[in-house]
Amino acid sequence: MIKKKISFKLNEQEVEVEVETRELLAHVIREQLGKTGTHIGCDTSHCGVCTVDLNGNSVKSCTILAVQADGGEVMTVEGLATNGELHPLQQAFIQDHGLQCGFCTPGMLIRSYRLLQENPSPTEEEIRVGLSGNLCRCTGYQNIVKAVKTAAEKM
Amino acid sequence: MPTLAGDVQAVLADEKVHFQYQEVAAVIADNRYIAADALDLVEVEYEPLPVIVDPHRSMDADAPILREDVVKKDKVGQGPRKHANHIFTWAVGDKEGTDRALASADVVVKEDMLYPRVHPSPLETCGCVASFDKIKGNLTVYITSQAPHIVRTVVSILSGVPESKIRIISPDIGGGFGNKVGVYPSYVTAIVASIVLGRPIKWIEDRMEHLSTTAWARDYHMTGELAADKDGKIKALKVKVLADHGAFNSHAQPTKWPAGLFSVCTGSYQVPVAHVNVDGVYTNKAPGGVAYRCSFRVAEAVYLIERMMDILSQKLGIDKAEIRSRNFIQAEQFPYKTSLGWELDSGDYPTALKKVLDAVDYAGLRKEQAEKRAQGELMGIGLVTFTEIVGAEPSKACDVLGVGMFESAEIRVHPTGSVMARMGTISTGQAHETTYAQIIATELGLPSEEITIEEGDTDTAPYGLGTYGSRSTPVGGAATAVAARKVRAKAKKIAAHLLEVSEDDLDWEIDRFKVKGVPGQEKTMKEIAWAAYNNVPEGMEMGLEAVDYYDPPNFTYPYGVYLSVVDIDKFTGEVKVRRFYALDDCGTRINPMIIEGQIHGGLTEGFAVAMGQEMPFDEEGNLLGNTFMDYFIPSFVETPQWETDFTVTPSPHHPLGAKGVAESPHVGSIPCFTSAVVDAFAHLGVTHMDLPHTAQKVWKKIHELGLDKRD
Ligand code: FES
Ligand code: FES
Repeated sequence: MIKKKISFKLNEQEVEVEVETRELLAHVIREQLGKTGTHIGCDTSHCGVCTVDLNGNSVKSCTILAVQADGGEVMTVEGLATNGELHPLQQAFIQDHGLQCGFCTPGMLIRSYRLLQENPSPTEEEIRVGLSGNLCRCTGYQNIVKAVKTAAEKM
Repeated sequence: MPTLAGDVQAVLADEKVHFQYQEVAAVIADNRYIAADALDLVEVEYEPLPVIVDPHRSMDADAPILREDVVKKDKVGQGPRKHANHIFTWAVGDKEGTDRALASADVVVKEDMLYPRVHPSPLETCGCVASFDKIKGNLTVYITSQAPHIVRTVVSILSGVPESKIRIISPDIGGGFGNKVGVYPSYVTAIVASIVLGRPIKWIEDRMEHLSTTAWARDYHMTGELAADKDGKIKALKVKVLADHGAFNSHAQPTKWPAGLFSVCTGSYQVPVAHVNVDGVYTNKAPGGVAYRCSFRVAEAVYLIERMMDILSQKLGIDKAEIRSRNFIQAEQFPYKTSLGWELDSGDYPTALKKVLDAVDYAGLRKEQAEKRAQGELMGIGLVTFTEIVGAEPSKACDVLGVGMFESAEIRVHPTGSVMARMGTISTGQAHETTYAQIIATELGLPSEEITIEEGDTDTAPYGLGTYGSRSTPVGGAATAVAARKVRAKAKKIAAHLLEVSEDDLDWEIDRFKVKGVPGQEKTMKEIAWAAYNNVPEGMEMGLEAVDYYDPPNFTYPYGVYLSVVDIDKFTGEVKVRRFYALDDCGTRINPMIIEGQIHGGLTEGFAVAMGQEMPFDEEGNLLGNTFMDYFIPSFVETPQWETDFTVTPSPHHPLGAKGVAESPHVGSIPCFTSAVVDAFAHLGVTHMDLPHTAQKVWKKIHELGLDKRD
């Protein structure tokens, strides 16, 4: 198998890793770099639990190769909190009961983060459309929408 | 390997593969990429054999025998069997009496309905890491299980390793919904591989494997007959079910209940006599038959009776709210013994129904519907007034592998008044940590921030049967309350000793014991906790802790009234849910925020089942759709807005009056959606449409009725 050394910024830290060119970003982030907040839930790019931020865009890390991140900037859910303080989105998810089992939550958070960068005060409709690439089996979405609104107001 | 239902199931198939995607070989490798490469090198040659896909054909005289390995057995779980592909017959009720009532009733309505095969599909698939220590002989398994203690027992029986040397750890898991109760072949493979190799072995399923091989739900082919007089008073109910169990009988039901609690199908109504007959059969499909966010077969039971009530209402021209009212069990009749043997604990159905009808302006909706119909538009109103049965279960009635279905809690109060509590249940997102801590905080007057709840590690937690069937609050919550009360009873003795009074002189107030009539003479729980470790009455053991194994005297019976309004596009068949109003009565409400969250989630899963989930097979038994591309998981965009409401009718036998809630919204919403969709066509003589109500299927009905003509 062809291996390649790649480096990128992961949550503002420079990392260097050797990967097979066929390896998916999600696997490298989880298994080589130990950031297990990024989950994997499907084989068809539908569920969004693997969502990370790459160069300022939300991407499904199960659907791109790790080598495509070479030289880029990646943010995972672990990068949201700063100096031990939870991000307003994380606080709002707790306060508004925006998670139950929590499996979808890292993807929801990192996608919501980008959504609010793009649109700091989204309407309910805009939140629903903006997050429609992320599935949840537990919450029925209502409290996630509420949490994103709460966070938008606080940010 | 043995299944939980008394059959045997191949870990890796030899000689014969019984369903598409059945496991035949395993590859162990250093990482998933190498394993995938190696898997490509495995070549399996299959010789096609005749298959049975339609369960109605399983017991044909010329049907191929699917399971030669059990052909001679008269039992594979519950017997006796009447055909090589037959698994069990289960009948309950008064057959002659029911037939007599049917024959002499003013009206009888009859309907065939299919509750299709659906998959719980939690967002996290199944997986485990098995690690066997060859030197010490200890086996540790990290596993996504809703029932870790049962897994330990099963693993011990299978492997011969004593239970004391097996540690099952079910950490935070990404949803379960009934799918993660059983023991799957791949868990066994990983464990065996670890025992053989002496190294940790990890198995993580992908979505396709998950949908194709792990436990699905329903697949009940039901026929209901409901008899009534001309005023709509029910006289009898007769139900026949053909249950497709797939290739192995490995549904997860209590041992004595092959059709689970299906006989709760008389619902919220006074049904003088009833009879139920269920036959289970083999087909060439994956094994399963679990309770997808419901108690054992209760979703099927509720669907059946709520559909039959609608059909009766149509037949007699009596409104569906009115016909339900006429047949309700009344508040003063509780506890109410049903004709199929259940004792419903408490309820006030008329009040709940009235509250919902008022809240949505039911009369106004019916008026609007009449206007819409006059204009040729399709609007439907769905209504259900259902009763669930949860809290599995009194051990005299139910067991798994012979282990009674109690639940357990162990509470330790430390000298400084902080608490460590462990339960035999396991949260899959229901926030047990919050609810249990709240129960303990309330019972003991200690701050919930200082209460740690731990579940899911069989080395530390007391034995419990796990979390499914909405049993955590009804049974685990009860165990927690009783254990806390045992702690408080001891604390009272210590308080009396410290205050030098008799126990009878003490009153409990929030967080302390006070001497009656003497202000200021009191001991807080924190003070008592400290004293428990240095100054206890003579003859008393030091320490402040208690364990309770709670065996409930009865099930609990939460109920609800749901109303939905749908608008259907005549040209596309698309069903738009305009409104969904859900009133639940789950008895005492311990934490309203968590209850609401559970209801939102349950309604959304109900919406998924009603509007799109199914697992179709072609004639050769190929599963058509085992990815999220085909299998419907509603997103933010399709999911309706939910309106919730409640009444509170406590359970008389639960220590806190709580009944459990997480499953009601799933169980209740599905027939409510069907009720609404059918209602849109009711004026055209349509009485029933099978699940799921996809645009394509609804459009077909529209087209058949000639409603999509453009003029
Ligand atoms: S794992 Fe499902 S979209 Fe990436
Ligand atoms: S919280 Fe469980 S999948 Fe979203």
